[in-house]
Amino acid sequence: MGTTLLRGEFDSRLLREYFLDDAYDEMFTSNGVIRPHYAALLKVLSDLPSEELQRRKQSADVSFLMQGITFTVYGREEGTERIFPYDLIPRLVTGEDWDRIERGLTQRITALNLFLHDVYHDGKILAQGVIPREIVYSCQHFRRQMRGLQVPRNVYVAVAGTDLLRLNNGEYVVLEDNLRVPSGVSYMLTNRRIMKRTLPYLFHSYGVRPIENYTQALLSTLRSLAPEGRPEPVIVLLTPGVYNSAYFEHTYLARQMGIELVEGRDLVIHDNVVYMRTTGGLKRVDVIYRRVDDDFIDPLAFRPDSILGAAGLFNAYRSGNVTLANAFGTGVADDKALYAYVPAIIRYYLGEDPIINNVETYLMTDRAQREYTLENLQNLVVKAVGESGGYGMLIGPQSTAADREEFRRRIEVNPRNYIAQPTLDFSRSPCLLEDGTIEPRHVDLRPYILYGDKVTIVPGGLTRVALRKGSLVVNSSQGGGSKDTWVLG
Amino acid sequence: MYQQETQLLSRVADSLYWTSRYLERAEHTARLVDINMGLMLDKSAISEERRWRRVLAALGYPRDIEWNDDVHSLVYTLCFSTTHAGSVISCVIAARENARQIREAISTEQWQRLNRLFHDVSRLRPESPSDTQLSEFMPTVIDGVHLFQGVTDTTLSHGEGWQFLQVGRFLERATATAKLLDVHQEEVFAETGDAVDAYGYLEWIGLLRTCTAFEAYCKVYTADLTYERILEFLLLDAEFPHSIRFSIDHLHQSLDAIQQESLGQQAAELMRVSGKLQASLGYAQISEIVAQDPARYLRRILEQCRLIHDLIYEVYIQYSVQTALAM
Repeated sequence: MGTTLLRGEFDSRLLREYFLDDAYDEMFTSNGVIRPHYAALLKVLSDLPSEELQRRKQSADVSFLMQGITFTVYGREEGTERIFPYDLIPRLVTGEDWDRIERGLTQRITALNLFLHDVYHDGKILAQGVIPREIVYSCQHFRRQMRGLQVPRNVYVAVAGTDLLRLNNGEYVVLEDNLRVPSGVSYMLTNRRIMKRTLPYLFHSYGVRPIENYTQALLSTLRSLAPEGRPEPVIVLLTPGVYNSAYFEHTYLARQMGIELVEGRDLVIHDNVVYMRTTGGLKRVDVIYRRVDDDFIDPLAFRPDSILGAAGLFNAYRSGNVTLANAFGTGVADDKALYAYVPAIIRYYLGEDPIINNVETYLMTDRAQREYTLENLQNLVVKAVGESGGYGMLIGPQSTAADREEFRRRIEVNPRNYIAQPTLDFSRSPCLLEDGTIEPRHVDLRPYILYGDKVTIVPGGLTRVALRKGSLVVNSSQGGGSKDTWVLG
Repeated sequence: MYQQETQLLSRVADSLYWTSRYLERAEHTARLVDINMGLMLDKSAISEERRWRRVLAALGYPRDIEWNDDVHSLVYTLCFSTTHAGSVISCVIAARENARQIREAISTEQWQRLNRLFHDVSRLRPESPSDTQLSEFMPTVIDGVHLFQGVTDTTLSHGEGWQFLQVGRFLERATATAKLLDVHQEEVFAETGDAVDAYGYLEWIGLLRTCTAFEAYCKVYTADLTYERILEFLLLDAEFPHSIRFSIDHLHQSLDAIQQESLGQQAAELMRVSGKLQASLGYAQISEIVAQDPARYLRRILEQCRLIHDLIYEVYIQYSVQTALAM
């Protein structure tokens, strides 16, 4: 099926450029019939004068700017501040779809935590040959230092952000798990706040499930992980500092939870106990929600040139005097090659079939799969296993012959470092363009999962949008934006 | 109920202190430049060069700074140059950068107010010195700082963090007023003595206005301006918010509150120095100061302010870990 413009009863000024093709459209069926849960939204948007919609969009933009939810574009003398692109039309998820997603994500995080505990202790799953040892031990995020170390409640991943896509048939699949320091949750929360102000009546009429309890749930998750004998733990958020692109989020979460935001230089470790420097002297710290990568967190244990961490932190952690969330070494479970084994991991530990499937993945360490990949580079997406944020990627259909040659060479030199997946024509959701019309753009969905004494997933997550027409990349560093996600009923 | 003990990170205290110091400095610089631009309009007893050298001295620049006879580019530098650390715009940027690093320690309202000030000021920045237009810029800065203070007082808990904001503000204000009196003491007072002509009168009004003190002064002494009274009012008045005594009173109160909140710190020397300065201003008499050496008196105050700054750092911000562990 080729691209067709939408016709019929919706052929209004608003939708004059709206098109449908093979990709799943969140608002219309492939025959151009509106999906029932989008009908009220489209009616409200059609009834609003287009200037009114633009006016609301502008006032939302000003609100972002004044709240300082911005990133800095360098180049001009003083650096220009821009807001993160934001789309006014919410993405709607039916309650039925969501309940399935929630069960699937709960299953997945539970299995992955069991896997991490196993890998850093007895390694049964490796001994039984379910997962090849080389895949785990050759992973750049495997932390030998964690072997045999007992972590509170056996929780390795306390906070995860899992990226979901929707295939042509409407099925949700997992694209990747982010198990190290996932970010973006503050945009989920601020998008919601702005939406409630921008389209209040519509929001109310939809009966959207609330997400505002996220920060409180995060706090109680962190509290449940406190070292033993610390019934009233002091919890802090460790940030790399003001130059980190997620700094706004760090301050936002710290403020919403009422915990101290610390940098490495605020921490002092003495006798394997962590303290922070306050005006009243040194104060003991019990739980650290860290937003600093493993590599940079302790120059004595990991990268010696890091100035973002605190010397001695890892030993304090080893001694059980402080909890870090997430634990070290969780990156072994979101390695893109290991990802191919997650369905097997779920079956091994839980004896269940995965509720949410993976995207088909070719491992370059497997000869047959590698050969297939090298023959079909122009149709596939190739990814470096340890990268995130849309870096280190080849998108076959949009690549040049030179790009493909480069990746062919890289794969042959270091097959363990790459995987390949089919180029996915994932779903599109209606977006408001600058000229006031609505067109579909590709979207993904990142729900945030909290795992402590219980699993909490606030309904929804961050919907990221590839705002450029035809683009498949949703990362904000590469022209992506976001929109609010409404889970209904 | 569960409650985290309230505490203030040293780094956060440091940033709070500088946020309000920089805002106070931005406001003071803006007003000083604005008022001297206004004074230039009248026929004046002193040359442009003398006037602007005095402004520069009041802002703490070296006295041998080069004068190139271009008021517009000087005003541009003092207000809009981002490469020049003391300019109004640089102070606003520095205040915002400090606040940005402690976003979680200040209220959302405070941050938005300061952020708005930054965006307003950036918008009003002219392309080049020749386009310099201050009529909108000056009130934007001064109102912006006032609004920030109002929002601070009504949205932030008046705990230790708020006290550090107060400390920064009043230490900066006492220092700025003392420097201002010092340069006028040399220039204006030394020349005109007690007899005021129309030109001298204008300069004295300018001095009072720079401290927003003209109306307040008139309420106490009427519009009769004399050297001793102006000095008395700006130095020793207990009720006027820009006088040095008022600033030091509030500084001392805040330091005292901080000492009580952060128990166990070695603040005795800091409290002694600030208490002594407060008492000496409280019990001073203007006739004694004038009879002795007013310039020396003002410089003593500046030295004490510097010492208080150093002691704040020593006690609360850059203390040694070994000392803290021993306590």
